[in-house]
Amino acid sequence: MIIGLTDYLSLAAILFTIGMAGIILNHKNIIIILMSVELILLSVNINLVAFSTFSGDLTGQVFALFILTVAAAEAAIGLAILVAYYRNRGSIAVADINALKG
Amino acid sequence: MTYAIIVFLPLIGFLYAGLLGDNKQPRRAELVTTALLGISCFLSWLAFFAVALSSDPQAYIVPLGNWMSAGKLSVEWSLRIDMLTGVMLVVVTTVSFLVHMYSIGYMAEDEYPPRFFAYLSLFTFAMLALVTADNLVQLFFGWEGVGLASYLLIGFWYKRPAANAAAIKAFVVNRIGDFGFALGIFLIFRLTGSVSLEAARAAAPSLVGVNIHVFGMDADALTVACLLLFMGAMGKSAQFLLHTWLPDAMEGPTPVSALIHAATMVTAGVFMVARLSFLFDLSPVALDFVLFIGATTAFFAATVGLVQNDIKRVIAYSTCSQLGYMFVAEGVGAYGAGIFHLFTHAFFKALLFLGSGSVILAMHHEQDMRRMGGLKDEIPFTFWAMMIGTLALTGVGLPFTTLGFGGYVSKDAIIEASYAAHGYIGAYAFFCVVIAAALTAFYSWRLMFMTFYGRRGDWAHALPHDAHGEAHHDDHGHGPAHESPRVMLIPLAGLAFGATFAGVFFRHWFIGGGFEGFWKQSIFLASDNKILERMEQVPWLVSLSPFLMMVVGFLIAYYMYVVNKAAPAALARANPLLYRFLLNKWYFDELYDFLFVRPAFWIGRAFWKGGDGAVIDGFGPDGISARVLDATRYAVRLQTGYVYHYAFAMLLGVAALATWYLFGGLR
Repeated sequence: MIIGLTDYLSLAAILFTIGMAGIILNHKNIIIILMSVELILLSVNINLVAFSTFSGDLTGQVFALFILTVAAAEAAIGLAILVAYYRNRGSIAVADINALKG
Repeated sequence: MTYAIIVFLPLIGFLYAGLLGDNKQPRRAELVTTALLGISCFLSWLAFFAVALSSDPQAYIVPLGNWMSAGKLSVEWSLRIDMLTGVMLVVVTTVSFLVHMYSIGYMAEDEYPPRFFAYLSLFTFAMLALVTADNLVQLFFGWEGVGLASYLLIGFWYKRPAANAAAIKAFVVNRIGDFGFALGIFLIFRLTGSVSLEAARAAAPSLVGVNIHVFGMDADALTVACLLLFMGAMGKSAQFLLHTWLPDAMEGPTPVSALIHAATMVTAGVFMVARLSFLFDLSPVALDFVLFIGATTAFFAATVGLVQNDIKRVIAYSTCSQLGYMFVAEGVGAYGAGIFHLFTHAFFKALLFLGSGSVILAMHHEQDMRRMGGLKDEIPFTFWAMMIGTLALTGVGLPFTTLGFGGYVSKDAIIEASYAAHGYIGAYAFFCVVIAAALTAFYSWRLMFMTFYGRRGDWAHALPHDAHGEAHHDDHGHGPAHESPRVMLIPLAGLAFGATFAGVFFRHWFIGGGFEGFWKQSIFLASDNKILERMEQVPWLVSLSPFLMMVVGFLIAYYMYVVNKAAPAALARANPLLYRFLLNKWYFDELYDFLFVRPAFWIGRAFWKGGDGAVIDGFGPDGISARVLDATRYAVRLQTGYVYHYAFAMLLGVAALATWYLFGGLR
C-alpha cells in the first residue's frame, strides 16, 4: 500500500481533533491543556512536512523546525507560568482558574 | 492720587491677609489690615475737609482706566470725589478702622482671624468702590461687592447651620432688590444712552414727561426708573417687605453687625438715593413711595424691637427703623438730613453694636437679655459707652436748641422735615416717625435696664420653661462678667466721641446755613424743593414732639423694667395676640415661607422628581445607560472564566468561518 498525501493529512486532522477535544473536554488538569496544545502544533507540523515532501519544496520542512523551536519555548514558558500560578493560588485545577469570570 | 490710595489700601490689606495670613500667628495679618485702614481713615478725613472747604463746585474725577466699551455703552473706572463721597468716605473708613481694631480683641479666641480680617478689608474696599463710583455700573460693582462680603461674613462661622441659612437668606433677598436695581440701570441707559452719573444728571431734566410702555400701559419713564432703582435700595437697606434678612444677619460675628449691618452697607441704599437725587427729585411719585416705605419701616421695625429678647436683634430692628427715618428724609426731599442721620447713626449704632459685643463677650457668649442684668458695676466702661449710644439713639438734647447727642440733632431734623412735607403721605410719615421715636426710646431703655440694671436672673422667669432649667445649668460655666481688653475699649471710646459730638459739630454744614457751600452740586434739589426753609418754620410743638416722645418712652420703660418688674409679663398676658404678633415679627417670615419659599421648594421638587428623575433619568442618557446595563447583565453570563469555554467558542467561530468560505464563498 502506498502512503499518499491524504493519509498524512488524515493523520494530522485526527491529531488536531484529539488536541482540540483535549482542550475542550478536559476539566481537570491544566497540564493536559498544554499537552493538547503541543499535539495541535504537531499536527500542523505533519501537514507542513507532508505538503513539503509532496510538492518538492523544502521551505515547509524548515518552517516545521521553527515551529518545533517555538513549541519548545512555549512549553517552557507555559510550565513556568503554571509553577508561578500554583505558588500563588495553590491549585492548577482547570475548574479553579476562572478569574476572568464576568 | 490720595483718593486712589484711600480706596485701594483695603484691597491690599485683603490680599495680604487672605493670601499670606497665617492662622497660627494671626497677629501680623490683623496689624497690617488695621494699619492700612488707619492710613485710609486718616486720608479720608483729610479729603473730607479738603472737599468741604474747597470752593470748586464741580466733583473731582480720578480716571483709572477703561472697563468696557460695546457700541454706545462705554464704562470707565474712575473715582468721583464730591461732598457726598467725602461724607461716606469718612463714615466707612472710620467705622471700619475702629471695627478692625475692635476685632483684634473680639476674634482673639477664633480659629481663623486672618480670614475674618481679609473679609472685613474686602468689604471696606467694595464699599469704598461703591461710594466713589462715577457711573452706575461701577456703583453696581461696589453694590454686589458689599453683598458678597456681607454673605461671607454672615456665614463666617460656617459650621453653624443657622449662620449659613442667614447668609443665604441675606444673599437671596438682596438678589430681589438687585434685580430691580439692574433693570433701573438698563432703563437709565435706554433713556440717556449712557451710564455715567454726569450724563444722567445732564439728561435728567429733559426726561420729565417722557413715557415708556411697560406692562401694557404708558408710564412716566423717570418714575419707573426711580422705582426700580429704589427696589435695589430697599433690598440693600432692609426696608419694609425686603427687611427679613437683616435680623437674621445677626448670626455673623458682632463686629460685622456693627460695620456692615449698622453703619455702612445697609446705608448704601440711602446713599444711592441721595446720589441719584437729580432723578428722584424730579419724580414726585417715586419720592412719595420712598417716603411711604421709609415711614412704614421706621414704625414697623420699632414695634418689633419692643419685644425681642436677643440683645443684637433689638439693635438690628433699631437699625432697620433708623434706616426708615433716613428714607423718610429723602422722601420729603431733605437729602441732606437723610445723609446727616446716616452720618450720626453710623457712629452711635456702631457704638451700640460694639458695646453689645462687649456685653456678649463679658457674658461668655450669651445673647439673651433675659439672662443678663446688673452688669452696670461689673463692666462700667462698656456700660457708659452703651449709655452714650442709647442717649444718642433716643435723641437726648436740649429742646429748641441744636445742642444734643448725635441722634437728637439729625432725627429731629427728619421729624421736622416730615411735618413740613405736603400731602397725606407726608402726614402719615410724620405720624409714623413720631410714634417710632417713642418706641425707639422704649426699646433702647428696655435694653439698658434689662442688661445693666437690677440683678442677674431678674428676668429668668420670662424664659421658656425648657430653657429655664438649662439656664441654671449654664450658670455653673458662667463666671463673673469681665471687662473687655483695652483694644476693644478704645474703639468704643472713639465711637462714643463721634456719637456725642458729630451732631453738634456738623449740623451747620449738613442741614444748616452752610448747606449750599458744603454739599455744592453733589445733592440736587429741584427749584421748587424748599423743604429746608419750611423745616425751620414748623410749629414749636412739632419741634418739641420728638423730645416729648423720647421722655414718654423712657418713663414707660423705667416704670416697666425698674419700678414694677411684673408689668411686662402682665402686659404680655393681657394682650396675647398683639404680643405674639410682635414677637413673631408681624409673621413676615412665616408669610414669605408660605408665599415664596415653600412654592419654590414644591417647584424644585417637581422638577427634581418628575423632570430630572422620571424623564431625564428614565428616558434620557441615564435611561439608555441603564438599558445597556440590563443587556450586559445577560451577556456577562457568557464570560465564565474557564479556558475551555473560550477555546470552544473559538473553535465554533473557526468552524463557522470555514463553513462560510467553503459553502458561501463558492457561490
